[in-house]
Amino acid sequence: MSALVLELREPVPARVDLRGVTPDRLEGLSARAIGAIEVVAGARPVALERLFAISGDAPGELVLRGATACLDGIGAGMRAGRIVVEGDAGDYVAQDMRAGEIIVRGNAGAYAASGMRGGVLRITGNAGDCLGAVHAGARYGLRGGTVIVHGNAGARAGERQRRGQILIRGDAGDWLGARMVAGTIMVLGRTGRLAGFGMRRGSLLLAQAPASLPGSFNESGRHHLSFLSLYLRSLHALDPAFAALDPGRATVRRFVGDRGCNGKGEVLVWL
Amino acid sequence: MIISGVEIEDTFAEAFGMVATRVIITAANPTWAQHAAASMTGFATSVIGCGLEAGIERTLAAEETPDGRPGVSVLLFGMSQKDLAKRVETRIGQCVLTCPTTAVFSGMEGTARIPLGRNLRYFGDGFQASKLIGGRRYWRVPVMDGEFLCEEDAGCSPAVGGGNLIVLAASQSQALAACEAAVASMRRLANVIMPFPGGLVRSGSKVGSRYKAVPASTNDAYCPTLRGLTRSRLTPDVEAVLEIVIDGLSAEDVRTAMRAGIHAICALGAAEGIRRISAGNYGGKLGQFQFPLREIAA
Repeated sequence: MSALVLELREPVPARVDLRGVTPDRLEGLSARAIGAIEVVAGARPVALERLFAISGDAPGELVLRGATACLDGIGAGMRAGRIVVEGDAGDYVAQDMRAGEIIVRGNAGAYAASGMRGGVLRITGNAGDCLGAVHAGARYGLRGGTVIVHGNAGARAGERQRRGQILIRGDAGDWLGARMVAGTIMVLGRTGRLAGFGMRRGSLLLAQAPASLPGSFNESGRHHLSFLSLYLRSLHALDPAFAALDPGRATVRRFVGDRGCNGKGEVLVWL
Repeated sequence: MIISGVEIEDTFAEAFGMVATRVIITAANPTWAQHAAASMTGFATSVIGCGLEAGIERTLAAEETPDGRPGVSVLLFGMSQKDLAKRVETRIGQCVLTCPTTAVFSGMEGTARIPLGRNLRYFGDGFQASKLIGGRRYWRVPVMDGEFLCEEDAGCSPAVGGGNLIVLAASQSQALAACEAAVASMRRLANVIMPFPGGLVRSGSKVGSRYKAVPASTNDAYCPTLRGLTRSRLTPDVEAVLEIVIDGLSAEDVRTAMRAGIHAICALGAAEGIRRISAGNYGGKLGQFQFPLREIAA
């Protein structure tokens, strides 16, 4: 048994919507049946085998080889299994994902992990705008699980996040955690303007002082918070980059807000 | 059976089914973790009078605790899950929440869960916040020295309470020395506590009394001053009797502790005034667990 490999035959001029092509939904299907699955490319349905060369017989692990940013909805709604994207992913990777693991060995487009409820999404490159953010028509952004970005994330990461955690090794754009409801976002690099704007609850953990915070955040002083030791320890197994922060010396400067909307969220800046 | 001149009586300890939980208390340093644990396990010698039985299982090094601070592991035993839950919550609220720098965590998975911070969080008056870390929920309750961190709930599981040894010696000081040695050896074991002061009981009891309102009374058969007044179980060479009570997470844990205790007592032997080791039981009619002394000592 070897992983099911979908290798893009040639660059696709249109966008391809791959939602529904997930390990849990391919389980039990023959190679022929998998090849016959229709996905939308541009505005037309196309059989999967016309776009991808298919090999392997164990869809519990799905490998997308030669992937490009035109492949949208990778792993959307996934409930189990593992997807490895060798290359870039388009928009909406891991959207509404319930469980399992997705690794993007490249960059991801906009709205990655939007509405995701569980599992792990790891992006070894950069993530586009709206990582774990609410998408049109939805109530919340990230709703559970863990998102790890090795590079940078665009604007509005974690907008309307409800639960779960987003870990960004690099920089984050403007409006980080905007209108956040709960959950945790951690950024090791720099953050853009207006982090935490409209935040209700939740935590933004920043290794570096933010460029600016909304004026409706109040400073709450320097603190040594017990939960941070516990939290940082839990990250050691997930991503070694975050192990650089010493759990035993987790003293932070705390800002609370957004008081403009009566919020009780917090921005914690490492000292 | 005689070991080092000490007679091991042909009898058994009778023990009861209980429900137990383990919580881990951490603090900024071992002293404050100990303060909280001592307070939480105070007045917890017997379910009959205290509602639950509790004791410090052991101290924990910083690297053994969830938050990397020094801590103490505490075992608590109740007669039912509902009763245990109620008592544990009260004790955490009064003894750990109040104690500077402390945090409290579940110390076992167990077969069921009882609340730790689930209701205590409301002390935060709306300023409490939760964090889901590694699949477990923790509550951050703002207090005057910072934040009180408390896990949402703790595991609990069926356990055994009331394992015991009765030590008969030639003098009070020799009975005490033997029991101290026994308790010291038992305290090195995991999963057991000896809930009475110093692990020992001098007021062993029998069921019933001559007074209607008193359900249990002094075990006159083992009181040396009543020799000649009652049907004494004491031979003339016995001057003092002490009992060690043991609660454990399983029957095997209690058995192991009893064995360690018996061997520690026998190591002192008849030369140190130890005459006999017996055990308390109710004829085997009340408790679900029986621990035959000779089988355990062998």
